[in-house]
Parts: sequence; C-alpha cells; structure tokens
Amino acid sequence: MAVLTFKTDKCKGCGLCVEVCPKNVLQIAQDKINLKGHHPVEAKNPEACIGCAFCATMCPDCIIKVER
Amino acid sequence: MVVFDKPNSLCDVPMHYCPGCTHGIVHRLVAEVIDELQIEGKTIGIAPVGCSVMAYDYFNCDMIEAAHGRAPAVATGVKRANPDNIVFTYQGDGDLASIGMAETVHSAARNENITIIFINNAIYGMTGGQMAPTSLPGQVTQTSPYGRDVNACGYPIKVCEMLSQLDGPEYLERVAVNNVKNVKNAKKAIKKAFENQVNKKGFSLVEVISSCPTNWGLTPSDALKWIDEKMIPYYPLGVYKDRSAK
Repeated sequence: MAVLTFKTDKCKGCGLCVEVCPKNVLQIAQDKINLKGHHPVEAKNPEACIGCAFCATMCPDCIIKVER
Repeated sequence: MVVFDKPNSLCDVPMHYCPGCTHGIVHRLVAEVIDELQIEGKTIGIAPVGCSVMAYDYFNCDMIEAAHGRAPAVATGVKRANPDNIVFTYQGDGDLASIGMAETVHSAARNENITIIFINNAIYGMTGGQMAPTSLPGQVTQTSPYGRDVNACGYPIKVCEMLSQLDGPEYLERVAVNNVKNVKNAKKAIKKAFENQVNKKGFSLVEVISSCPTNWGLTPSDALKWIDEKMIPYYPLGVYKDRSAK
C-alpha cells in the first residue's frame, strides 16, 4: 500500500492533484484552513492509493511525498 | 521505498506563486535535473524580472538577479569567467521575448554554452496581466480588453521557430507542463539542455508552455485545459533544433 505525506501548510488548495488522481483518493478539505489561509488537500480514502505519484508530479508547490 | 519527494536543490520554503501556477512545477523539474546530474555545487542560476524574480530564494544553488531581460548577458559573463560552472537562466516571456530579445538572440547566435529555461504563459503575470509579445491573437488581457488585434499589435513571437533559423544554437525544444505526460517530456528536455552544457555543446533553450490562472481568469484546472485548446495549437510542441541528433 502506498503512503502519502502532505506538507499541509505549504498547500494552496489549487486542486490540480485532485483532478489528476486516477483513483479519486484526494479532496480539498473544505472544513480546514492552513497557515496560509487556504483549504489544503487531504486523502479521503488513502487505502485506494496505488502510489503512481501523478498528484506529486502535478503539484506546483511540491508538498506531496509518495512512498510504497 | 520513496517514489517521490522534494529534490534537494529546491529549498523547503513556501513559494509566492499563485495557487495552481505551473512555475512551481518547472522549478521542481530544474531542481530534479540538477540533483540527477550531481551539479548542485557548481551550478549558478540567473533569476529574471517577472513572476519568477524571487527564484533565487527557491533554488539551493548560487543565484544572481539580473536586470530586466539581461539574464543571458549576465549568464554569458558568468560562463566565460567560470567555464567549469554550469550556468542557467530562468526567464519568462516578458523578460526573454520582450525587453530581453536582443540578449536572447545574440547569445543564441554566439552559441554561448548556457542553458535557458523560458516560461511562455502568453501574458505579463507580475505586473497584472498585460498583453505580452507571446499573447495569442484575440486573447483578452488588461491592455487588450477586446482581444489582441494583430493589425495594431502585431503577431505573437514564436521564439523557438525564430531561433531555429540561426546557425548558432545547439538545442531548442518546446514542451508544456499541463498534464503528467507533458511534465515527463519537459523534464527530459530540461535534462538534455543541462547535459548539453555539461558536455560543452553550446546554447540550449527549452520553452515551457505554462499557465497563469490568475491573469487568464480561469481556475487552475481550466487553465491547463486552455493550454491544450488554445496555446499548443498555436505553439506546437517539439524539437526545433538539435545538432547532436544529426
């Protein structure tokens, strides 16, 4: 199983990772606000992650670490 | 096993770019290439004026801030004085294709052994979305509210096509960063541009079709679709010159 780690306080909530995920693992957390005042990304069903790292490839702020 | 992590050559600081701006992706690709070629200790980057003006805060190598458009001239001096160092410039379209056009063309004509990363997002980002030399015909910007009128403002400048007419440059390629496949291709192109310099082959320029969600007035994901629909048909991707391929 793949493990996703987010540097949540650097996230700007642009949602490019959510869009590109083939397994629909990610979502923008509308109920959370980070240090920069954005709604950050979170994994809504992390067990579905296959570790393809598409999200990290498209993340402009380099906040996602992918391990498997 | 770590599949993906931040490259060492990229500083762990928040970037000032707008949400969804692909500058961050290109910064990361450059940093990954510097890591892979193990040239972090001898790389000198030249930052431009424009949105990426604070690139010196984001790369872990030595950086110099150049006057507007003069990055290739500064890079020429740095490279000639320190031929063993790896020198790259990181410039936007307002910097490279407008005020810095002379420096760009002449450094290409001289085949200076430098690497240029050219971000083309068809607009002036930092100053608030004015029409750039690369804005598309009919594109609405702050200074062309009825769309770019080619009779009054001329046609967009296609930098790769133009420079490919010169005998000087070693390597010219246009790539995009609007989907995973294109990002992978962009990294290959940037790596080749740096390898050319390490192998002392000469002038390499990679034009990266990039997005500006804020000034295009689109969401980040719509901006990436706009690249596919509008930018890439006008600015075809591909290798425009590669002397080593012959």
